[in-house]
Formats: sequence, structure tokens, C-alpha cells
Amino acid sequence: MNTTIFSRKNLLWTVFIVALFTLIEVLMMADIIGAYYKITLMLIGINVILAVGLNIIIGITGQFSLGHAGFMSVGAYSCAITIKMFPTWWGFGLGILIGLGITFVIALLVAIPTLRLKGDYLAIATLGVGEIIRIVILNMNITNKAAGLSSIPMLNSFPLLFGFATLSVILSANFKNSAVGRACIGIKEDEIAAEAMGINTTRYKTMAFVFGALLASVAGALYASTFYVIKPESFGFAKSIDILVIVVFGGMGSLTGSVVATLALGVISLLLQPFAELRMIIYAAALIAVMVLRPQGLMGNYEFSLPKLFQRKKRKGEGA
Amino acid sequence: MQQFLQQLINGLSLGSIYALIALGYTMVYGIIKLINFAHGDMYMIGAYIGYMGITVFHLPFFPALIFSMAFCAVLGMVIERIAYKPLRNATRIAALITAIGVSFFLEYTTMRFMGAEVKTFPAVLSDKSWIIYGLRINFQQIVIFATSIILMVLLQIIVRRTKIGRAMRAVSVDADAAKLMGVDVNATISFTFAIGSALAAAAGILVGVYYNSINPLMGMAPGLKAFVAAVFGGIGIIPGAMVGGFAIGLTETMVSGYASSLYKDAVVYVLLILILLLKPSGLLGKNKKEKV
Repeated sequence: MNTTIFSRKNLLWTVFIVALFTLIEVLMMADIIGAYYKITLMLIGINVILAVGLNIIIGITGQFSLGHAGFMSVGAYSCAITIKMFPTWWGFGLGILIGLGITFVIALLVAIPTLRLKGDYLAIATLGVGEIIRIVILNMNITNKAAGLSSIPMLNSFPLLFGFATLSVILSANFKNSAVGRACIGIKEDEIAAEAMGINTTRYKTMAFVFGALLASVAGALYASTFYVIKPESFGFAKSIDILVIVVFGGMGSLTGSVVATLALGVISLLLQPFAELRMIIYAAALIAVMVLRPQGLMGNYEFSLPKLFQRKKRKGEGA
Repeated sequence: MQQFLQQLINGLSLGSIYALIALGYTMVYGIIKLINFAHGDMYMIGAYIGYMGITVFHLPFFPALIFSMAFCAVLGMVIERIAYKPLRNATRIAALITAIGVSFFLEYTTMRFMGAEVKTFPAVLSDKSWIIYGLRINFQQIVIFATSIILMVLLQIIVRRTKIGRAMRAVSVDADAAKLMGVDVNATISFTFAIGSALAAAAGILVGVYYNSINPLMGMAPGLKAFVAAVFGGIGIIPGAMVGGFAIGLTETMVSGYASSLYKDAVVYVLLILILLLKPSGLLGKNKKEKV
């Protein structure tokens, strides 16, 4: 296996990412992607970060978390408060770092005791943590209580968001393919067997949980600096469910699935926008239909790979 | 002391509503290990059907209650057949996402047909209140408490004394073994959904009467709380849901009475996490040894 930075795989991916970014930028400049669609794209970018982060926790490590939006709100509020004080790029960076720091501490404090719980019990405990974070924010003065923060400087831009989203996917993919990631997959498959193999399950579960929470915090910071206003209710239980739906819809354990599902659900909700309540009815019916017909999600645990794609084509060419 | 007793009365009527919803959660979890997130919405549907029974068909309170319970029982069975049955052998999380889908579906279908605005629930019960030793007791509170207790006793009789109740208990212990013994597992699961939904519908009407207002999203918060109640008492255990429901109701009213109502939800969740950490199977739960 080629392990240099300039391996064929990395080069192919770099070309792919640059091409994708250029395509979107050109479409934006040509005004084919208007301001309205741009907002959807920004939202998709943020959701990609959230979804891959949650997928590391749920899909790769098998730990069921329902409090992801709580960590997102920590990131969002830290960043918003900081950039309202220092509306510069330095402030933005500082805001993200403060958010990461607070999230790290909270996630660690939450993870160590609760990750001893299993399955549904863990889901309920994390749900509780998410709600507690929301209620605390709802009652603090610095976060302006239920009214939320408004006129947050809009420092985020599409290229920046694209960079963050790409970086998150790369980090997550590397996490998944590292020794830590393999240990996490082992824990998901069979915790007792993993423990018997000498894997320190608590340690790896905590690592995955904190990693996912940090990504959520970054996504929150980007959200705050994109949408001008943040309110505690934007980060409630419903938001955690939204992210969970993306992960399960795309296929648990498949980062490709998370990205594809974020795009698909983003486009679906955009197309259904004119139908008001009917939109949610169709969305719900589609969700039930996909789950009944394909319970493993769209992608199962398949991962898209550029080098493999080219190899297959070459092989076909040789055969002919 | 007087304030304490007053909060106790308020807490008991709130708690009995949570307990009724929690029973449905706990029975469904006990039998197919599914966190039925759509259960809170069944409670909302129950309130709306009761509202329609009273305003459109001019039914009095008790017939409207029975009408709504019957409707929701059928609806519960239909939902189970369409959405959950095909997923019985799928992963638990796929079933959970389906339940969330069903929840959205019920909420927004109601919104489409009944409108998103808050509706005033007709005052079918007199709001007469008595003052006994300085404590205010409302007629509605008595009806809520009495109805819940009667329904819980009925449920206990069904589960403990009837054939279908025995089948339910058998399926919840081991579905495969029950099947081998000749229990119709599918019918039993359908029946469980029917009973759970009927209880949620009853809770919905009682809340409508108590708070005088209903809306399509009213099921979310109490649904979550009732779920917490079910876990608190030990999910899958019927008496646990009752204990949990009353405990959560009392905690909530005590916190809003003595501290701040802003923090009542936070206290409930902190309590939940503490219970989970100290006794993960809930107050009345038994610890199961893990087998390899």
C-alpha cells in the first residue's frame, strides 16, 4: 500500500474536489445557482459536517447519540458571542476555538459516565444531555435567553464552508481507516469480543464521541456565522433527529452515504418547498417508505472510492 | 406544608396523564423493543378526535372519550401493520427512524386538515372547585385522576387475568418460544399497539379538558416526558411506567412551585441521567446479566 501523501488516491481525490468546487463557483458566478439556492448549498455543507460527525459515533462505533444538536449549539453560541465582540477573522477563528474547547470539556464529561450505558439507554441519556444544554442556554443572560442572538456578523462564505466540509469528510475518513477507527468498528460489531481482543472500549468510544461532538461544534459555529440569528429552539431535539435521519437514510457506517443523503434530503426539501404542510407529509411518507424497503439505508456500508472506479473501467477496457 | 400539599395535588393530576402515555411506550417497548416515537402523536390525535366528537357529533365527555380511544386503537393497529411489521427483523435504529417518520406524518397530516393554529377544547366538564382545608381541588382534576386510575386498573386486569394478557407477557419474555407454544405473535403485538394507543388517546382528551387548548404539535413535549417516565420506572415494566409517570409529574410541579418553572425540564432530565447511571434498568427494573 502506498502511504505517501502524493499517492494516486490522494491526487485523484484532490483533482475531484477542486473540480467540484470550481464547478459550483462557476455556476454561482454565472448566476445559475442564485442566492436562494446558495443558502440551500450552505445548509447542505453544514449538514455534511454534522452528519459525518454523527456517523462516526453511531455508524462506525455503534453508540447511539440523540444529543448531537446540543454540541452544535455550544459551537454556535460560542462563536456568535465571540464574533459579536470581535467581528474580524481573528474573532471568527477564536470563536471556533472557544467552541471547540467548551465542547471538548462537555463531551468528555458526558462521555465518560454515559458511554457505559448501552443501546437505547445511551440514546436516552444523550437525549437528556442535549435537552439540558438547550435549557441552560435558554436561561443564560449571555445567550440572551429565548430571544436568541441576532445581527451576528456574516463571516462565513461558501469557499470557507466548502473547505471545512471537505476537511471534515477527510478527517472522518482517516479516522475510520485508522487503527482507532478499526477498533471502533470492532466495538460496534461485538463489544465483548472487542474487549476480549484487548481493546480499551471506553477509551475508543470516548474518542469517537468527542470527535463527533467537535465536528458538531464547528458546524454550529459555521451555522451561526451564516444565518445571522440563532435561537435555542433551533438546536432542540428536532435538530438532533434531523441529523440522525440523514445518517440512517444514507446508511450507517458509510461516510459516502452521509454525504449523498445530505445532498438528497437537501434537494428534496428544496423541491417540496412550495407545498407547505404537504412537504412534511411527503417527506415523512418517503422516510417510512425508504426504511421499510431498504432498512440498511441508501448506501448500506458501501464507500465510494475514486481509484477503484478507475481500475474497474480499465479492467472493462482490457476485457473488450 | 399547605403549598406542598397543593403542589402534590397538581402533580398527581399531571403525573397521571404522563403515566397513561408512558404505559403505551413501555408496553410497546416490552413487546417489540421499539422506542415508538410516534406515541406522543397518538396522544395528540386522541385529543383531536375527542375534540371532533364533542364539537361535531355533540357527544358528552365519556362517550367522546370512548369514541376517541376506539378510533386510536384502530389507528394504532393500522400503523403497526403498515410501518412497523415489515421492519420486525431489521435493525432497531431503522425501526426507530420509521417511528420518527410516522410521528412527522401524523403531525403534519393533522396540521393539513385541522390547521396549525391552537384550538380551544370545549369545556365539557364543569370547572367547579372545592376548597378543603385551604387546598383547592378542581372537579377536572378529580375526573383526570379517577379516569387514569380506572384505566390503569383495567389494564392490570387485562394483562394479569386474561388470556390475551398472558400472551402479551409471554411474547415480551420470548417471542419465539411463545410462537412455539401456539401464541399468535402478530395478533398479540397488534393488540398491544391498540391498548397503548387507546390509553394515549384518553390522556389526550384529559389534557384537552385540563388545559382547554390543543394543537398539532402538542404531542412532542409530553411524549418525550412520558418516555422519560417510562425509562425512569424501568422500560418494559408496566407498574414502572405508572410510578415513573407520577414521579415525573410530581418533580415537575414541585420544581415549578418551589424553584423556577424555567428549570423544571432540566431537573427532569438530570434526574433521568442520574437514574440511568445509578440503576440503568430503571427504578423497578431487574438487572440482566449479559451473555456471550
